[in-house]
Amino acid sequence: MTQEPRNDAFVAFEHVQKSYDGVTLVVKDLNLSIGKGEFLTMLGPSGSGKTTCLMMLAGFETATHGEIKLDGVNINQVPPHKRGIGMVFQNYALFPHMTVGENLAFPLEVRGMGKDEREAKIKRALDMVQMGAYANRRPAQLSGGQQQRIALARALVFDPKLVLMDEPLGALDKQLREHMQFEIKHLHESLGITVVYVTHDQGEALTMSDRVAVFNDGRIQQLAPPADLYERPENSFVAQFIGENNKLMGTIEELTGDKALVRLTTGELIDATAVNAKEKGHRTLVSIRPERVEFKPEMMPPGAHTIEAEVVEIIYMGDILRAVLKVAGSDDFVMKMRNTLGQTKLSPGQKIKVGWHPQDARALDP
Amino acid sequence: MAEATNELLTTADGRPLKAALQAAQARAKRRAFLLVLPLLLFVLLTFLIPIGLMLKRSFEHDGFASSAPALVAWFEANPDFNPADPPEEAYAALVQDLARMQTDKTTGIAGTRINYSVPGTISLFKKGAREAGDLTPPFKESLVAVDADWAKPALWRGMASASNVYTAEFYKVASDFKLNDDGWARGEDNERIYLYLFFKTFLISAIITFLCLLLAFPVAHLLATLPMAKSSLLMIFVLLPFWTSLLVRTTSWIALLQEQGIVNDLLVGIGLIGDDGRLSMMYNMTGTIVAMTHVLLPFMILPLYSVMRVIPPSYARAARSLGATSWTTFRRVYLPQTLPGIAAGSLLVFILAVGYYITPALVGGADGQLISNLIAFHMSKSNWSLAAAIAGMLLASILLLYWLYDRLIGIDRLKFG
Repeated sequence: MTQEPRNDAFVAFEHVQKSYDGVTLVVKDLNLSIGKGEFLTMLGPSGSGKTTCLMMLAGFETATHGEIKLDGVNINQVPPHKRGIGMVFQNYALFPHMTVGENLAFPLEVRGMGKDEREAKIKRALDMVQMGAYANRRPAQLSGGQQQRIALARALVFDPKLVLMDEPLGALDKQLREHMQFEIKHLHESLGITVVYVTHDQGEALTMSDRVAVFNDGRIQQLAPPADLYERPENSFVAQFIGENNKLMGTIEELTGDKALVRLTTGELIDATAVNAKEKGHRTLVSIRPERVEFKPEMMPPGAHTIEAEVVEIIYMGDILRAVLKVAGSDDFVMKMRNTLGQTKLSPGQKIKVGWHPQDARALDP
Repeated sequence: MAEATNELLTTADGRPLKAALQAAQARAKRRAFLLVLPLLLFVLLTFLIPIGLMLKRSFEHDGFASSAPALVAWFEANPDFNPADPPEEAYAALVQDLARMQTDKTTGIAGTRINYSVPGTISLFKKGAREAGDLTPPFKESLVAVDADWAKPALWRGMASASNVYTAEFYKVASDFKLNDDGWARGEDNERIYLYLFFKTFLISAIITFLCLLLAFPVAHLLATLPMAKSSLLMIFVLLPFWTSLLVRTTSWIALLQEQGIVNDLLVGIGLIGDDGRLSMMYNMTGTIVAMTHVLLPFMILPLYSVMRVIPPSYARAARSLGATSWTTFRRVYLPQTLPGIAAGSLLVFILAVGYYITPALVGGADGQLISNLIAFHMSKSNWSLAAAIAGMLLASILLLYWLYDRLIGIDRLKFG
């Protein structure tokens, strides 16, 4: 997916390409505009080019081709220390030989700021991350979560307009990570800064971002707000990368507007919405979220096609029940049911009919 | 959680926990001790004991005390005698001892011992011993008649001092003190060689350490930051000289730097200097510094490399992103983190340089000699006690430096790799 560069964009990548070895492109023709105050996440598997993009924006890698603009100015040739971009690193990169206070003073000192002003800013930044009492500690004396907060404070203390975060929560445990996600989001909102966040954790991306750019193979596969990304994936990579998905292979039998009737390879007919398989006779991969699969006729829209299924296994997961079904020849079709009081109990071997709202089945590229 | 109690903890079968723990560990401890025992014995026999015996010679010498019993007894009875005019009975004891030396053939040993503090004594003793049998009282007059030097107060002071097996004389000599007629005093300016050489050794070692640091820092940084394949190749270039014989390396420097050597030929060839203006870079201090810097360079590179290798590049990136120029990043973020390596490398190179022998002996000429060459010189002249005293002072000054270093920087911050 590409996007025409906007003139009012705060950060803009225009036709950016990057190659390390002169043989292969790590980033292939990247076009991306980030608005002022936006929280944009670059999400993708490792090697997809997302970190390279962040490094080019920070100035640690040079673009092989194309322009990177910050606030309308081309920054391709601007060295990193003159870009005024705050950055939070994966391993925090707090200077081990300096105290927390000295770490925070560093960006202010190199800007020639006076002592009083410096101390006021350091205090404000530490209070902002609730670490006001730790100015005299060394980074090694802090826990991972505390170091993370200090790294955040250091990236913000010199009031940058843009903050980059390179998988900053990767080293924290699940609970702390969720807590920090909330805090970063909160800081972003209260400070009005622009954040570019890199992660491979889709949950993190969906929770925090205004928009998510899904990277794969050096390209942005889809750039959309989290809900769109989850509910309306535009290609099979995004559909499979974000969340869990059932995949059914088939060919388009009938097409009325967006509505498609897909004949599966095993012969059954199902309803779907044509997304990027838009011609009759085309092969397609239909993707359906497990929680949108229904087996009670009253929950399906009138006239919906249903398909035979056999229960293979029921997995009890607390809040939900997960049914593994044998559908259209594959035996890893998943249906999620809410664990409510009146929920129908299914048992292995039971034959049922499953269906879904045509909007929830998306006919994508095979 | 169990609450802490003051009760003695016991194992399940009632033994005290501490005793049980010790018993459980005793076997492992015994095994560990047995494993290090061969090395311990080896170090003890080949290193600690010889060094101890050698250092003992620096303050113990019985060459005179054992061969002149009569005079030793007299000195003991008259500790406050006047060296300018010893009485007749002292001369009588001396003549008696000289005659005994002649029969025991110990004249040389005794003379040599006195010779350390009073030069020229060996021949005096030999002459005196030959005549001793024929001398008649009064011995003072008859011995002085053999050689007037027998009346020298310095000689009597020297003999009185040497009558004690334990002495600080060798340390006094090694500190440029001289025994003259009025006792020990600092030698004339042109005679002070030892302390000057100590000073020069430390100065040259400091220069070499500094040069090594200057040359090693960028190399170590390259080694630590280059991709693996290239850094391995570079590492071989660093280690290759390390594996080459010291003699080969030193003599190649001679081939390069001597007056008819490659560097001079090249400079003359391109017309930078005239044929009569060839630079003397060998057999002097320049030669010593150049060759030793080269020889000791790996000892600086390796500790630096081991420290630099584990400094993540994200620190420098963080500093740059926070607005620091590359110079500020180096000075305030990178350099402080390499300090343990700099400290370790400098200490290693300095201590090695202070005691270095082969290279200055081969390329140092007259003016590039270090204190170790002087130790070797005295060893070759069988003046082991003086050599031991100089070596002892060298060892003491290195230990002092080490102590200072520990106080200032802390030994626990060292990283050798």
